[in-house]
Amino acid sequence: MTTKGKLALLAAGVSFLAVGSAQAVEIEYWQYVFDSRVKAMDQLIANFEKANPDITVKQTTFPYADYQTRVVAAKVAGQGPDVLQLFYGWTDQFVNGGLIQPLDPAVFPHEEIEKDFFPIVSAMKRGDDYYGLPTAVRSLALFYNKAIFEEAGIEPPQNLEELLAAAEATTQRDGGGNITRAGITLDMGGQDHHWWREVLVRQNGGEPYDAEGNVAYNDEAGAAALKFYTGLQTEHKVGLAGFMDEGQAAFRAGMAAMTIDGTFRLGAFADNPFEWGVVELPADANGMRSNYSSYFANAIGATAQGEELEAAQKFLTYITSPEAMQIWLDVVGELPARRDVALTEENLADPILSPFLKGLEYAHTTQFYDEAGQRQTAIDMVNRVLLEGQSVEESLDQAAKAEQAIIDSGRQ
Amino acid sequence: MATANATPLPAPDRFWDRLSIGTKRVIWAWTFLALPVVFYAVIRFYPTFQAFWLSLTNWDLLRPAQFIGLGNYQKMFADPIFWKVFQNTFLYLIIGTPVSLLISFVIAFYLDRVRVLHGFIRALYFLPFLTTAAAMGWVWRWFYQPVPIGVLNGILGWMGLPQQPFLRSVDQALISVLVPAIWAGLGFQIIIFMAGLRAIPNTFYEAARIDGLGEWAILRKITIPLLKPTTVFLVVFSSIGFLRIFDQVYNMTTNDPGGPLNSTKPLVLMIYQTAFSSYQMGYAAAQTVVLFTILLIVSLLQLYVLREKK
Repeated sequence: MTTKGKLALLAAGVSFLAVGSAQAVEIEYWQYVFDSRVKAMDQLIANFEKANPDITVKQTTFPYADYQTRVVAAKVAGQGPDVLQLFYGWTDQFVNGGLIQPLDPAVFPHEEIEKDFFPIVSAMKRGDDYYGLPTAVRSLALFYNKAIFEEAGIEPPQNLEELLAAAEATTQRDGGGNITRAGITLDMGGQDHHWWREVLVRQNGGEPYDAEGNVAYNDEAGAAALKFYTGLQTEHKVGLAGFMDEGQAAFRAGMAAMTIDGTFRLGAFADNPFEWGVVELPADANGMRSNYSSYFANAIGATAQGEELEAAQKFLTYITSPEAMQIWLDVVGELPARRDVALTEENLADPILSPFLKGLEYAHTTQFYDEAGQRQTAIDMVNRVLLEGQSVEESLDQAAKAEQAIIDSGRQ
Repeated sequence: MATANATPLPAPDRFWDRLSIGTKRVIWAWTFLALPVVFYAVIRFYPTFQAFWLSLTNWDLLRPAQFIGLGNYQKMFADPIFWKVFQNTFLYLIIGTPVSLLISFVIAFYLDRVRVLHGFIRALYFLPFLTTAAAMGWVWRWFYQPVPIGVLNGILGWMGLPQQPFLRSVDQALISVLVPAIWAGLGFQIIIFMAGLRAIPNTFYEAARIDGLGEWAILRKITIPLLKPTTVFLVVFSSIGFLRIFDQVYNMTTNDPGGPLNSTKPLVLMIYQTAFSSYQMGYAAAQTVVLFTILLIVSLLQLYVLREKK
């Protein structure tokens, strides 16, 4: 080989290396382990990498219980993810802790976000900035066991009165009066605390929180809502907190006729050995309905800069695109966060999806400061009534004070 | 040392050669000992002192720690939940330790006399000790369920007795968590007690029998006093175990950790939640200091009470 030839080859090699290093950006995506979510994300990453060959996305997952700790620890170590998933209720902690950065309005225009997404996306807004966008949203509905309902010869309930009647018709007890099959599950640690807070309190004429975000349920409406909920066990004896350990377990085992749960449970219930149906959460006597909606948003990590930030923005744009939302709906079963992707005729005609989609229209999103802590106050509130025989009003008062204390310390 | 009478050697040229064998041995010994000493200093002592410092700050992992004096301790002592947890921790200790020691001693005492299938029975008692606490916690959790799936309530119902709420009761939950914890530790204590019993020379028993002592007197005058070193070890060991109880509680109450209404929450679980759910590292460190102090006092007290009287 001539010297010229060698030189040319060398130059080509050098330039190839240089180009390679300039283009190959690797970004990290973090979420918690949940089989179908990880699979859906693998699919999205494959599609994204095909469209953007210069970017590779590495997915890292952690068990749900460790997830927040890992994100916080990674930030302390200075090695946070570029794009990460977070529950909307963690936003304050993540923003105050400097874990995520605001979305650049030039890339993610506010008017478009507000026009295209369901209004609950506003829970990701702090001041003038959005801190994340959801791929999918969740809402609640009432699941019922079709076999048990047929056996009892009843139709799924449309309002709270019918709910009580249906629960009474489907509860089975043994000779000692112990429940052997529950009419409805009572599981405050599951989704029931949302049902109580955003649905029952409102249906009794109250508001869970005032405009400033302070506890506002410590009144007659809150007491009536708590009385209704605890009454399912104490008065009507159609459910038992702790029955079969967890509400969803009781329903899956065919040991409960009804349970209130979210879209994320659809996958787990898919292989139930019986037929089940879904209806909207029961309305009150006046036909008023409410629902609780929540979501995991995708945000950009505070440490992403330069070309990694650019790649992260591209990736976030893709995973919140209509195409990604359709994939997420097909694989995970969660509802698309964009109105036009969610409210298609096909989806609205789907007997399983439509109750959840209808719920989204009138859903509320609780502004959490410490989701786990606030849930604990609701669990304790119900336990004081059920286990210690405390009066509904006193327990409610105690819960309101405890939750307000969490909110106050969260604002500091 | 051995070199005291050594004859003077020709002047050595290197420092190492000038040293006597005894000194060299000491140097070698310390070189090997240095490893665990450094290990303990870095892995154990440094974090311990760091925790004392953290307990005086408001560190929350995200923002730099600020010194706030005794603020965490004031907050802790004013918190009714802390006192509830404090009480629970001592209930685990004062019920768990004597009950588990009594049961394991009785079993060891009689098992020692069993010749048929001795090894097999001993293995059966030891098995729970080898089982993962998490797996055991979940099995027991289902035992305690109400009918139709709870085994214990099923038996109660079959005998015509009223159903018990077990884990779903503020009064019964702590005991319900404690029972599997005691059961799990039994195997280990039985093995140690049996080793202690075997170590008592047979001649003592023979002499006592010749002197006409009854079985009860032999137990009181010979077996129990001579078992004292074993008992001291087990009391200290199991007390520390019960004061640090965590996995059984956490696994049996994951839906509402330490619940219902904090009735089963031990100090360690509270520390865990403060640190890794609320990220109040400073406050968690203050709770850790309290736990450390309790462990220290309890251990010293037990060593003093059960000390060898000379």
